[in-house]
Amino acid sequence: MSKMKKKLKIYLSWAAVLVLFAACKKHEPVPSAIFYDQADQIARPAINTVFISPADKDKFNGATPSQMAAAFGSEMKGNLLALNPGYTTNLLGLTADQFIGVLSTDVLNASTTGKTTFYDGTNVLTGRALGDDVIDVELTLLFGGPDGHANPGLTSDHVNGNDVPFLTGFPYLANPH
Amino acid sequence: MKRKKVVVILSCALVAIAGIVLAADHNDAPAVKGQATDVTDLYVFQGQNTDNLVFVGSTQGLLAPGATPGAKFDPKTLIQFKIDNNGDNVEDLVIQAIYQDGKVNVFGPSRPSHTGARSKIEKEDFLGSVPVTPYGASHPIVVTSSNGIKLFAGPRDDPFFFDLDQFHMVVAGQASSFNNPGKDTFAGTNVLSIIVEVPKKLLHASSGKLGVWLTTSTQESGHAD
Repeated sequence: MSKMKKKLKIYLSWAAVLVLFAACKKHEPVPSAIFYDQADQIARPAINTVFISPADKDKFNGATPSQMAAAFGSEMKGNLLALNPGYTTNLLGLTADQFIGVLSTDVLNASTTGKTTFYDGTNVLTGRALGDDVIDVELTLLFGGPDGHANPGLTSDHVNGNDVPFLTGFPYLANPH
Repeated sequence: MKRKKVVVILSCALVAIAGIVLAADHNDAPAVKGQATDVTDLYVFQGQNTDNLVFVGSTQGLLAPGATPGAKFDPKTLIQFKIDNNGDNVEDLVIQAIYQDGKVNVFGPSRPSHTGARSKIEKEDFLGSVPVTPYGASHPIVVTSSNGIKLFAGPRDDPFFFDLDQFHMVVAGQASSFNNPGKDTFAGTNVLSIIVEVPKKLLHASSGKLGVWLTTSTQESGHAD
């Protein structure tokens, strides 16, 4: 074996070792070089489904909150007024611009110092509890007008709670059916 | 005239409700519909121990009982609670969950190395693993980490409630309003949930307020693992 060949053999063995290392690395539970791309997102219930046009739904699901108001604000206002052409203000006293201003940055606010509820008549957007009737809240804010009493047939679905009781402790959600 | 106005309002309502139906996010997303990445709902509320905050993230909605045993978390889908604790609507903390070999690995709460739509698993902040509670188990499997964070992963009753059937009636022009009482269409259906209960002190809310959102992300292709 020539000196050159020997050297090559040594290089090759090192290469084999490196390949082996690389192979081992592949079996790490969480490979470090991997990125994940956002596919879906939600914060407050039903924002996408109600206020985003069909063509933009996937785009909204790929968006991040800090970009939403600029990218979707005018579209959302247009859809609000299309849904309820008679919209003036709602139970929270918000004009269309103010309402969309709140909704178009879609994060679920949560208090760390007090009661957590979507809306209980006093606290507004301090969380979302399992029993919160978020559909009635949203229907009322959309259709109920300044006093919440307009379009009474449309401001509640009259389903006021879950079909099975929640658990008092962790994990809170009931066992599956 | 009045009648016409009512019809207009109703038609508008239908469209609005059409959106809400799939509510909260049930199947609102054409690109991810029916996949492991399809999120249904986010809940954030004070725990039974009021020093804690509970985060519930659910996926794969409207699972009938018969379909629930076959519903699985996906090892290439990263589920994240993103938490803004200073009011700028950019995540300061993330709690990440990803399935692997019968359990869900959880990372965080971690200051993310990457914010926005492209994420990395924050490996250094591995919190713990929780076995996925199998369908039919009599008790949920709960793991508590050394810093007091509780973890659950698995099928649950969908806590969402809404009269979807009456909505369909209204859409079809067969009804002009909701019924009283209504009927919960989501009764008897399940979701796959990640539930995490975190001591509030670990969340560092700057003024007693957080902004939270739930995301699912898909592993970029081109990685052999």
